[in-house]
Amino acid sequence: MSGFPILSLMLLVPLAAALVCLYLDAKGARWLALAATLVDFVLGVALWLNFDVGGAQWQFQESHALFSGFSYALGIDGIALLLILLTVFLMPVCIGASWKSVEKRVSEYMCAFLVTEALLLGVFMAQDLFLFYIFFEAGLIPMYLIIGIWGGADRIYASYKFFLYTLLGSVLMLIAMLWMVNTAGTTYIPTLMAYDFSPQAQTWLWLAFFASFAVKMPMWPVHTWLPAAHVQAPTAGSVILAGVLLKMGGYGFIRFSLPMFPEASAYFAPMIWGLSMAAVVITSLIALVQDDMKKLIAYSSVAHMAIVTVGLFAFNTQGLEGSMMVMLSHGLVSGALFLCVGIIYERLHTREISRYGGLAINMPRYSLFFLLFTMASIGLPGTSGFVGEFLSLAGIYQASSWTALICTTGIILGAAYMLYLYRRVVFGPQKNADAAAMLDLDAREILMVLVLGLSVLWMGVYPESFLAPMRSDIAALNARIARAAPAGDAKVTAGTEKPAHIETAHEGAH
Amino acid sequence: MDWSQSLRLIAPEETLSIAGLVLLLVAAWGGDKASRLISILSVAALVAAMALVAPALCGGAMGPDTSAFFGQFHADAFSSFAKILIYGSAAITLVLAPSYFERFNSMRAEYPILVIFASIGMGMMVSAGDLLTLYIGLEMMSLASYVLAAFLRNDGRSAEAGLKYFVLGALASGILLFGMSLTYGFTGSTSFPLINAALANGLPTGALFGIVFMLIGLAFKISAVPLHMWTPDVYEGAPTPVTTFFATAPKVAGFGLLMRVLLDAFGGQSAAWQQIIVFIALASIVVGALGAIGQTNIKRLMAYSSINNVGFILVGLATTTQAGATGMLVYLTIYVAMSVAGFTAILMLKDADGNYVEEIAKLAGLSRTRPGLALALAMVMFSLAGIPPLLGFWGKFVVFQAAVQADMLALAAIGIAASVIGAFYYLKVVKVLYFDEPADVVTGESDVWHKIILVFSCLFISPFGYLLTGWLGANAEKATTALLAAL
Repeated sequence: MSGFPILSLMLLVPLAAALVCLYLDAKGARWLALAATLVDFVLGVALWLNFDVGGAQWQFQESHALFSGFSYALGIDGIALLLILLTVFLMPVCIGASWKSVEKRVSEYMCAFLVTEALLLGVFMAQDLFLFYIFFEAGLIPMYLIIGIWGGADRIYASYKFFLYTLLGSVLMLIAMLWMVNTAGTTYIPTLMAYDFSPQAQTWLWLAFFASFAVKMPMWPVHTWLPAAHVQAPTAGSVILAGVLLKMGGYGFIRFSLPMFPEASAYFAPMIWGLSMAAVVITSLIALVQDDMKKLIAYSSVAHMAIVTVGLFAFNTQGLEGSMMVMLSHGLVSGALFLCVGIIYERLHTREISRYGGLAINMPRYSLFFLLFTMASIGLPGTSGFVGEFLSLAGIYQASSWTALICTTGIILGAAYMLYLYRRVVFGPQKNADAAAMLDLDAREILMVLVLGLSVLWMGVYPESFLAPMRSDIAALNARIARAAPAGDAKVTAGTEKPAHIETAHEGAH
Repeated sequence: MDWSQSLRLIAPEETLSIAGLVLLLVAAWGGDKASRLISILSVAALVAAMALVAPALCGGAMGPDTSAFFGQFHADAFSSFAKILIYGSAAITLVLAPSYFERFNSMRAEYPILVIFASIGMGMMVSAGDLLTLYIGLEMMSLASYVLAAFLRNDGRSAEAGLKYFVLGALASGILLFGMSLTYGFTGSTSFPLINAALANGLPTGALFGIVFMLIGLAFKISAVPLHMWTPDVYEGAPTPVTTFFATAPKVAGFGLLMRVLLDAFGGQSAAWQQIIVFIALASIVVGALGAIGQTNIKRLMAYSSINNVGFILVGLATTTQAGATGMLVYLTIYVAMSVAGFTAILMLKDADGNYVEEIAKLAGLSRTRPGLALALAMVMFSLAGIPPLLGFWGKFVVFQAAVQADMLALAAIGIAASVIGAFYYLKVVKVLYFDEPADVVTGESDVWHKIILVFSCLFISPFGYLLTGWLGANAEKATTALLAAL
């Protein structure tokens, strides 16, 4: 498939559909949006199948000098591939989730969603620094509209908070980018990834990028926009916010901060660890006392993202691979959890936990899937959550055993708040008559949770499918940052291997 | 340099002057009935003048061949770039005007003629190679503008706007003239190259005062802080087509003039004025952003937004480099397009009886009653805020790039962080348009010409505009090369 501009096509399909959507009625817009996202999903699968695992680092490259100062350069490596797959996979689910719940201004809603999809894909595909920035920032506009128009009661406050917080983070990054391009003389990301900035400059650049990515991630203490935005966003907005938008922060760290500023990353690693430790414990405790289901899951997202950041700044392969797996798994699981909340919200129009109870009796199928995603969120072995969290924590243990110790409490606290949520919503007596009268999942809902559930299990049982495409990229990144890696306090020594052992599992399989 | 050569170089000005004088006679005999014909002919004259200046820009004209009347007047690529913007926006304001003034029964034959004379003045400002040309051009523009601001004679707000503009403008002109006389006294010349040469060996304190007073006068014309106070009142009071004119052409002329004076005449003494410009730039960004937050009238909001944008454009000047000047021209072009789009959209906000709606609160839910218009206004707001992928981002991008290249990181960081404050009030407008329940006030029909102008200006500021960035940047660079070669 070399030479065929599949990446541009993936951007073009949702954009064209978005424009057409504006001229359609509600029904037409829904079907067109679903069709466009499914086409993009098929293209994404084609991308995966044609991706040469172990081949060139950058594949499917396109480059056209369309603009002054920067070029239209696209290309992906394994890391970007996986996040693109996550995006195109979640998008049809999002459209499905808003099939009935969004009733007002449907065509504009679908248009905003398709534009968001194109911009998110653009972020992961861009190979030019400023092209990346444009996609990165432009995503604010449709998300602002989605939260503000279709959100809940406090939507205006949430939309402002979301927009201004993330904008302030990003504009400083723009200045840093301008400086980098001025110094390195190129806007081409792969070149910049290999460019050595002086350690002193790295410190400032790293902080400017951190200002942006920490807000997007979001890291404690700049996470406060997230619960506000999540609670007020419509279900599909939450799914895409938690599923993909948060990954832009992690992607930023792995694509920019680490390879471009290795020394500064090492210098600031203890700060990241500290913030992440605080985040895991504090936000988990906050999640424990929430009465609002969406807020609870939003705070759990912050805790999970903290596991991502410790893994990224562990400076070893396990940590990096683990972070990627947590990001992918969290994309599926938190998306699925928001979907589960959305399903019962559509029936009862409240997110208050105490208004539910005993759903296991009248909604057994729902309870089953909700349990699966609850367990995946906790990180039970066999689900996707386990793989990533285990790798991340194993990685950070080598760098800082104390950080690993405290972050692991997040797993325990995670089990506490998730099981407590599940008990209050699904088990116990049916204390509310209207909740007891809710119908179980219909075919559309089963389809959505089923595909999510199967992927969660796939990623948990056979993670190699997802580890293989990024293995060589992670190895390259690890080699790049190895020179700055801080000395770990765990002093892990490898055991002696049995001589007859044969490595078999490392063939790319998907 | 013979006279015939000089007269050939000022062909655009001659065309406009003759057109203006002939149309004045037509107006005298034809009366207000002829106003539509005069408007059409004026637009034709402006377009003809644009065609006359275009070759100089395309050819990158510069050097002694382009200077007329012994260096008093430069018809180089720089002045061509500015003149195309000036004549273009003047022509657009003429197209916008008739339907507005007819509503008040005050479409008069003088309107297009005044715009033409103002345009000649502005053309002279950006071509000035001498303090006298500068002043004559400036006054020619200002006098016409004062009348234009008060054009709705029966409207108290319009008369007030005209009076305020005139009193403060006259004061600013006086200060400017004082600065010019100081400069002349301490350098012995009114010609930019000779001033530059005289200051080559150091800056006498008197000449420094000259720079400061001249900057005060010029800052008034571009409505930069701390000389910005007139802007909201004049923008609000003046008839909307005239406000469109004020927001576009005189801004271009003012910046063109400022660049001529600072980069040509005082180019060798940039250390003396650089910190003043840095202060004015940052103050304009912050005051423009904070002042706009409490506004309830969309024209006043646009006035503060223009102060804010002037600050960003001045960031380019603060770098004192060619890249900065190029960035300013690119930003100015985009800013003109954004202003045209914004004010055209404002002109289209009419209630069922055809009255013009300026209250932001009355625009609530516009996205449901007039989706196209709301989309256009939202695009303008996001573009003014500098959010990609709209073209307003590119303007900020080029000036901040120049600032970073000139190693002025603190200026860039503070300026861009302050743009987040500005984003707040732009978001507020989008919120009213999209999130609030419809107020159903704006239901009136729009003029077809307004629609055409809105569509084209919105296409320019949409992401498609990025395809023009290469062409725009190349032309702006030709212009600034000519500017720096004019010495």
